[in-house]
Amino acid sequence: MGFSTTLTVNGVTRTIELDDPRVTILDLLRERLHLTGTKKGCDRGQCGACTVLIDGRRVNSCLAFAISHDGAQVLTIEGIAEGNRLHPVQEAFIAHDGLQCGFCTPGQIMSAIGLIQEDQAGNDPERVREGMSGNLCRCGAYQGITEAVLEAQRALDAASRKEVA
Amino acid sequence: MRTFDYVRPATVQEAVAAASEPGAVYLAAGTNLMDLMKGNIIRPSRLVDISHLPDLDRIEDLPDGGVRIGALVRNADLAHDRAFARRFPAVAEALLSGASAQLRNAATVGGNLLQRTRCAYFYDVASACNKREPGSGCDARNGENRLHAIMGWSESCIATHPSDFCVPLVALDAVVEIEGRAGRRDVPLEALHQLPGGAPDRESALEPGEMIVAVRLPAEAAHFAAHARYLKVRERTSYAFAVVSAAAALRMEGDTIKEARLALGGVALKPWRAREAEQILTEMRAGASAFRRAAEAALAEARPSGDNGFKIELARRIVVRALALAAAGTPERVPALPASPFAVSGDVIHA
Repeated sequence: MGFSTTLTVNGVTRTIELDDPRVTILDLLRERLHLTGTKKGCDRGQCGACTVLIDGRRVNSCLAFAISHDGAQVLTIEGIAEGNRLHPVQEAFIAHDGLQCGFCTPGQIMSAIGLIQEDQAGNDPERVREGMSGNLCRCGAYQGITEAVLEAQRALDAASRKEVA
Repeated sequence: MRTFDYVRPATVQEAVAAASEPGAVYLAAGTNLMDLMKGNIIRPSRLVDISHLPDLDRIEDLPDGGVRIGALVRNADLAHDRAFARRFPAVAEALLSGASAQLRNAATVGGNLLQRTRCAYFYDVASACNKREPGSGCDARNGENRLHAIMGWSESCIATHPSDFCVPLVALDAVVEIEGRAGRRDVPLEALHQLPGGAPDRESALEPGEMIVAVRLPAEAAHFAAHARYLKVRERTSYAFAVVSAAAALRMEGDTIKEARLALGGVALKPWRAREAEQILTEMRAGASAFRRAAEAALAEARPSGDNGFKIELARRIVVRALALAAAGTPERVPALPASPFAVSGDVIHA
């Protein structure tokens, strides 16, 4: 039995034929669309490596059936830079050494973008740590990650103030 | 994961009809369901996807002053709804102390109520578990059981219910609206989850095909808004289930407690309402001795189910501290570490 799902991934709308209802958004991204920036860590919603934005909200893509998300907008790590210009969160992760091996980094960055959009943490490191607790880093780069998120938040705040002015 | 038929009904009635077939389960966000399916802990033959049903994602004020929360409202949306959080702060704090931001963005109200225990033996298909396979036994009974139940357990099952959200809800007399083939009915949340007894595979009062469509809080639940807290001990600072938790809500006049609500989490297979403790607190002066008496009453029936005797005294102390925090007053904003014992300072920490 065939199934199809229509997703807008990084701005491009596609209808994807699925031969199986069990396909997750994570597996669809990696194995059908070859967007392998989104990582498969635990595949059980415990590590956060697979974090993407679905309809603007950060979620674990390993715990989302593709078939159930017909019509959704998906933003992945491949879709956040503008050409060669990195996203401010990417810049900040580099500036603050917010990574070592890099496996959790796409999930960390997508989660940080989600956190900043949620606008709950402000410039409080404790709220940033709490808000990022769904993303595990086996290398223990948490200090750099927290600093990167705080700096990216400041950079994005300044940019949006400039836009308003 | 076993494959399944996928059905996407257009109405609640269609959903109930589709889910009444044997082997069918509802799919909302799927954050717990998919985990269970990936591990072959459950093997449904049909998924009835209710996530696209209209009108179930609203938070509505009711004419009588209560609030009605649609079953598909996301945990994060409820916790961050300012009007809701102002009236029911312990509920918002409990929600924000649970899972991770990613999971709260997806997980629904109805799904939170119906999530399964996180007992490791339930999740390990090679272990005996009366809940997963009735009659097979309970490997938790003589296993790693320091986090298991201290109240209401049986020889058949010593698992706990993992929800934080349900703990303040049950303290505040939440009611669950259920749609079934025979129409709509209300069940108090306290009666939704069942203690294990001899049949731990039966977990809730829901009949086959029945669906939770909303949770209601009565107007009286908002009377505790000025003195309502949730406190949760975890084995790590964030993103962990409760070892023990407590929701405490007080209605105060000066130093006198006019009315108290108290419930515990992580202690039983259901959120545990402590009514005797509430009675003891009524008309008492808020303070350490009253809180300690309430804690003794709340845990009077507790007994270890294994290597978890420590949870009994831990729960007493958490009750005392949750009551002290509630008496001190609801903070303006949920703390940076919601419900965390590490988030407070000053004398109250030593209550």
